[in-house]
Amino acid sequence: MTNSPEAYSAAAEVGQIRERRTRWQVAKIELKKAPYSAWFGLIVISFYLFVAVFAPLLAPHGEAEIFSTPFAPWGGEHVLGTDQIGRDIFSRLIYGARNTMGIALATTLTSFAIGGGLGLVAAISGGWTDQLLSRIVDVLMAIPGLIFALMLLTIFGSSILSLILIIAVLDSTRVFRLTRSVAISVVVLDYVEAAKLRGEKLPWIMRREILPNIMPPLVAEFGLRFSFVFLTIAALSFLGLGIQPPTADWGSMVRDNATMIQFAKYDLTAALTPMIPAGAIALLTVAVNFVVDWFLHKTSGLSDEH
Amino acid sequence: MSTDRGKKGDVLLEMKGVKIDGYSDERWHKIIKGIDLTLHRGEVMGLIGESGAGKSTLGLAGMGFTKPGCKITAGTVIFDGQDLTKASEEEKRALWGTRIAYVAQSAAAAFNPAHRLLDQTVEASLNRKLQPQSAAETDARDLYGQLQLPDPENIGDRYPHQVSGGQLQRMMTAMAMSPRPDLIIFDEPTTALDVTTQVEVLVAMRKIVEKFNTAALYITHDLAVVAQMADVIKVLRYGNEVEEAETREMLESPKEDYTKSLWSVRALEKPESPSDDIVLSIDNVDAAYGGAEKVLHNVDIRVPRGRTVAVVGESGSGKSTTARVITGLLPPMSGSVHFNGEVLPPALKDRTKDQLRRIQMIYQSADTAMNPRQSIAEIIGRPLEFYHGLSGIKKQERILELLKMIELDESFYDRFPSELSGGQKQRVCIARALAADPEVIICDEVTSALDQIVQEGILKLLLRLQKEFNITYLFITHDIAVVQSISDEIVVMFQGAVVEQGIKSQIMSPPHPEYTQLLLSSVPEMDPDWLTKFVEARV
Amino acid sequence: MHPIMSTILQRLLLGLVTLFFVSLIIFSSVEFLPGDFTEAILGQAATEETVAAFRAELGLDQPAYLRYFNWVGSVLQGDLGSSFSGRNASGVDRSRAVVDLVAPRLGNTLFLAGMAAIISVPLALVLGITAALYRNSIYDRTVNALTLTTISFPEFFLAYLLILFFSSLWPIFPSLANVNAETALGERIYKCVLPALTLTLVIVAHMMRMTRAALINLLASPYIEMSRLKGLSKAKVILRHALPNAWAPISTVIAFNLAYLVVGVVVVEVVFVYPGIGQLMVDAVTTRDIPVVQACALIFATTYILLNLTADIIGIVTNPRLLHPR
Repeated sequence: MTNSPEAYSAAAEVGQIRERRTRWQVAKIELKKAPYSAWFGLIVISFYLFVAVFAPLLAPHGEAEIFSTPFAPWGGEHVLGTDQIGRDIFSRLIYGARNTMGIALATTLTSFAIGGGLGLVAAISGGWTDQLLSRIVDVLMAIPGLIFALMLLTIFGSSILSLILIIAVLDSTRVFRLTRSVAISVVVLDYVEAAKLRGEKLPWIMRREILPNIMPPLVAEFGLRFSFVFLTIAALSFLGLGIQPPTADWGSMVRDNATMIQFAKYDLTAALTPMIPAGAIALLTVAVNFVVDWFLHKTSGLSDEH
Repeated sequence: MSTDRGKKGDVLLEMKGVKIDGYSDERWHKIIKGIDLTLHRGEVMGLIGESGAGKSTLGLAGMGFTKPGCKITAGTVIFDGQDLTKASEEEKRALWGTRIAYVAQSAAAAFNPAHRLLDQTVEASLNRKLQPQSAAETDARDLYGQLQLPDPENIGDRYPHQVSGGQLQRMMTAMAMSPRPDLIIFDEPTTALDVTTQVEVLVAMRKIVEKFNTAALYITHDLAVVAQMADVIKVLRYGNEVEEAETREMLESPKEDYTKSLWSVRALEKPESPSDDIVLSIDNVDAAYGGAEKVLHNVDIRVPRGRTVAVVGESGSGKSTTARVITGLLPPMSGSVHFNGEVLPPALKDRTKDQLRRIQMIYQSADTAMNPRQSIAEIIGRPLEFYHGLSGIKKQERILELLKMIELDESFYDRFPSELSGGQKQRVCIARALAADPEVIICDEVTSALDQIVQEGILKLLLRLQKEFNITYLFITHDIAVVQSISDEIVVMFQGAVVEQGIKSQIMSPPHPEYTQLLLSSVPEMDPDWLTKFVEARV
Repeated sequence: MHPIMSTILQRLLLGLVTLFFVSLIIFSSVEFLPGDFTEAILGQAATEETVAAFRAELGLDQPAYLRYFNWVGSVLQGDLGSSFSGRNASGVDRSRAVVDLVAPRLGNTLFLAGMAAIISVPLALVLGITAALYRNSIYDRTVNALTLTTISFPEFFLAYLLILFFSSLWPIFPSLANVNAETALGERIYKCVLPALTLTLVIVAHMMRMTRAALINLLASPYIEMSRLKGLSKAKVILRHALPNAWAPISTVIAFNLAYLVVGVVVVEVVFVYPGIGQLMVDAVTTRDIPVVQACALIFATTYILLNLTADIIGIVTNPRLLHPR
């Protein structure tokens, strides 16, 4: 850059040019810099996904197969023993990964479809649509989620479908609020106004101008909502109101075997039996939270200036 | 108090080889690259430079302070014999607020909303027990009077949100002056104010700094402002010093080309050419937001084809609202907008694609006017595709042609907005408007976020395009210098109404209506005696 | 009227409206029950007369809006109806008034939640404030990583971990918190140690993180930087300039977490077999005992709304812009 005004040229003005990289290259670079906690999280999540996908191949016994000895000890044919009616705990643990995670994922996706969609609509259309939707959400959020879920489960009974729908609807209120608030901060920007002035239709503005710019907070929220939904479903199953037997599920496995903790002094492995599914739940949510934490740090760091 | 610490002319602050680094994007950047600075007692030094010059960082370093994420890596900052780079927090605190005071850009944010103004004014004095509370408060009220604040006896009992922005800025000067510091650091104190408010604040600040013979570092990007305030001017660029000279000397004969370029925009002037071929007219428009109070009163503006009509006014004058009415974002309560002799439908959604195409808009902040997730090609290409149905190779060729028109080469084709400088971004916005083949472009403060030298480039480009394509500009701005350089006709607006409309030479020469007179006379000029003359003319 | 008063009144009104809608939702839950639910409750052998009598008792022969007003009227008088359990086909009604079921258990739950709150609120505030002040220090990072881990744990995992260590392997506290009306205060506290500790761990983690975030946000304000540049000591900056503006965010954090406590208590009560309202609700859900579920939901929701309302009002009362209008 020269100091002479005569030599001024727009193209030569300072602008920070980033190197052209593919997404995969960017991801590799980011991963290299990622902290241990994020690495730990990513490895745990991949492992869980692997187990969930290949559950039938990995499990030594069937999901609901009943053997003759209930409460069998660890070792031998049953690595982690059997439960109160003689089902292989290790196999159920593996199938549980598939069921619990699958249901939580389906719920979170549904919740984002409902809350995210309505949040966008509210933010863009504003006016009475926004008012109405926001007030409905206010009222729904005035009742604690778990309590509301309990009430609805009383009425509709605990089937997997009603579980998914009930929790998704309740959880979508939070997704709605977040989507609406981040979308509103984008909607007021000049480039959205420019698109409106150009005569663009609503779906185009939503898809092309707004959605790409609110993805980072939504992706982070997806992680947080997933672990929250996962914990809620686990809690409901633990209370005996969530996923029903014979479907293998970690929350109900804790409940079924909880009494064995009493025997810790005589047989530590027995006491650990209910702790393993509980720990499996905890480990996954910790992992998701670590990754989300890292992701949030990365995406908010982009706008850092001084 | 300052008398027993030394006499005028002694060195008060001496910075030698100061280097400052700042942390962002996960690495350290050099912000100040080795600067020397000597300030004498009772002397006012103007630190001037464009964004990124490091002037605020250097000013704060003068009190031994760096913003979070910055650090002084080399050099010394000697204040009255004490090296602040080696001083402990406690030693620096003993100086801050009492011997070195700071006046921030945004007074509204720098005052604590929870305390009365008077309590905040005397806080630093009381903190170091410089004087008893009653004496400090009496003195503060006296300062309020000297700074021409209304009702000086009682205004201190108010809370920050209860007084206006200009008053708050003077209040902050009183707060800085209360302990009678040796040095005050003014960090862009009038940048956020309207010109008619700015001139009042400048008068008050200068008077009080002279009266107490306080030394000051005056940080600003506005050379005309600094010319009124400073004895000495230091020009900074990219963290280096360009030159330093006494104010008059600097204004009369700047040595460096860069310094000359700083006010080059004032050299640009378009000869006016009147025309009666009206392309756009706003007829008796009244408008309000959401049924609330009216913000436009009977606005009547005529825009001739192929000319530039500048709409001037301060914040709240209704100039941007007028633009919203024209574009259809805010349908008027009464009145209408004519385009090529036809009435435009009042609401955006009722206008045809072709009507939308003919009127384009460019915004003040190019940063928010472009979707950060779209490449330059997508941004410019969309109107081509949307209005003209271009695609594939044809679209690509046209994009490259448009890039050429705005003096950018094809390497910009697949860049993203974040990889462009401020001026380049604004150029892309111009290209996007051009892509529609418009007849009228509404320019809303398009140069006010840009540095002087970049402003000039943009204005030249706009003028060239006007000549080539016979485009009409409705140019909304608060900057009289820009108006001078680009307009054929001028509309002056005040509180939602048109004060007057006419050709440039007519509006700019007396006699003026009262408000135009005030507006024009409040614009600082590149003359160190301007403020003195302004005060004299008023008496 | 002073703008503060009108703003507070507005909030109170909004709270009432919310409560109205919530009660409407809770009430209408009966409407969604399958038509034959009376049989399910009374048993297959129920005669037509007993069914009819039961339906009349529930007011199912009246229009819904009338029933709603009757229900609200009796709730306001402290009558929550009578439980579905204890009824049988012969028409003999041994059901108990819901109030008698709920009242003692509500006391127990408030005791447990109160115990957890007394420990966790001050602890979390101290941790959160110090972490914000010493941001990015080793201390901050450690506390952060620990709390991030804790909030990821399901409550029952924490509860069973505590039981495993402090009740099974090293038996110093009981794993059953089976208190009743006669239990003396000392023993009651002793039995509640593990449940209260579980709740505390969860709440402290959430609350500390939120306090820290709110404070860091506040400390970034330009007027805080200004007060430093006025030469004030760190303590004065915090006490004089940060604190007066911190009440609103901090009260929001406290209210949010006390509300969270209300929900968390359900699972913890079940783990420790603590006779609180949470466990009552879970039992009632299992047996589809609608009047009890309604009563519990109403109590939980009202607490929730009241807590948030209190936080709102504290935020309004400490807002200088509203305190000193133009």
